[in-house]
Amino acid sequence: MAGFNKVVNTYEEALSGLSDSMTVIAGGFGLCGIPEGLIAHIKTMGVKDLTVVSNNCGVDGFGLGLLLEDKQISKMVSSYVGENALFEKQLLNGELEVELTPQGTLAEKMRAGGAGIPAFYTATGYGTPVGEGKEVKEFDGRPYILEHAITGDFAIVKAWKADKFGNCVFRHTAQNFNPMAATAGKITVVEVEEIVEPGTLSPSEIHTPGIYVNRIIKGEFEKRIERRVVAKEDV
Amino acid sequence: MALTRDQIAMRVAQEFKDGDYVNLGIGIPTLAANYVPGDISVMLQSENGLLGMGRYPTEAEVDADMINAGKETVTATTGASIFNSAESFAMIRGGHVDFTVLGAFEVDVSGNIASWMIPGKLVKGMGGAMDLVAGAKNIIVTMTHTDKHGNSKLLPACTLPLTGVNCITRIITDLAVLSVEDGAFVLQEKAPGVSVEEIKEKTLGKLIVPDDVAEMVF
Repeated sequence: MAGFNKVVNTYEEALSGLSDSMTVIAGGFGLCGIPEGLIAHIKTMGVKDLTVVSNNCGVDGFGLGLLLEDKQISKMVSSYVGENALFEKQLLNGELEVELTPQGTLAEKMRAGGAGIPAFYTATGYGTPVGEGKEVKEFDGRPYILEHAITGDFAIVKAWKADKFGNCVFRHTAQNFNPMAATAGKITVVEVEEIVEPGTLSPSEIHTPGIYVNRIIKGEFEKRIERRVVAKEDV
Repeated sequence: MALTRDQIAMRVAQEFKDGDYVNLGIGIPTLAANYVPGDISVMLQSENGLLGMGRYPTEAEVDADMINAGKETVTATTGASIFNSAESFAMIRGGHVDFTVLGAFEVDVSGNIASWMIPGKLVKGMGGAMDLVAGAKNIIVTMTHTDKHGNSKLLPACTLPLTGVNCITRIITDLAVLSVEDGAFVLQEKAPGVSVEEIKEKTLGKLIVPDDVAEMVF
């Protein structure tokens, strides 16, 4: 009996049930804090027609950019894309649809999705192309637009450490969208650097409580750096 | 003489007050961090989830898990905090960030800003810019006064798709500091050696010129 033990040992088990035309929410900001092994395995699985919700779409040959190679993504919901030539090509020839969403609205859509809030009003995007066709309501004289929550069939998340019960902690700015993504998946899979015994992590320091997590797998991470900038002088 | 990028950044940094939380966009805004006066402290917010952004790391300090919103490697200052993206935009949208500084293609006399999309060119996305202009208490736009063809970027009405409406109150260009008030640009300061005539000529939107216009002091 597994009880609360969420640990799986293979990527096949970790992504079991993922199939064509599903929506996948992915944590990460650029290449920072991305579930590298889970993404690579989605490529191996060959599932197609995916809607992927993620702030960015990786780079050519790494991260979510891998899923463009065999045209597995039909729609991206992101705030900033186009760091990869393949993305640009597929967008321009109509093989890929992109729904550009302001970064804060994207984070809140995931948060709301996970929190059982179907939609929310925000001033972000009012009067811009993002607000076109959306319901507008005034509060205290200021117009806001209605934005809908996002949930996914799967959420793929990268954490630093998790205990076997799925309680997760993130490291530095690799946290980013990961905690919101974790709440918004029907099945949430977390790839971690280290799995520890329950009780090892202080209950007060948990970023993502295990209740949101269905499966945990230990990964190996390249942690590629997108823009390596170092101090010019001695500091 | 028109200001250099660094001089614009220097003038931007003069706007900050001791104890301000500030979000700086990519480009000239980021340079402003280098010119914060020594007698004040500001804390930089990076919207990927870092309050208390520090300098670039040394080779030994480089850490793939530590980046800024421009995806560059970075460090955290003493007293920094790190949080998730929803929290980060709660502090932006909720009006807790004192200043945001960002670039623009166009600004108009109604305080509208266009900064993310040129029809016909590949659109990469707005990132956090729409949230920032909708949320920060004070927004400063930094840009050159004209584009590379000499066309004014200070317009009666923006022609490009907007990033936000009625949100810009202050603009710092290579020629001038202007405020946006009641449907007009108001000239506040001119760059050293730049004439009011030149500023008038290069400002397409309605411009109010007070009797006495101070020159920027560095």
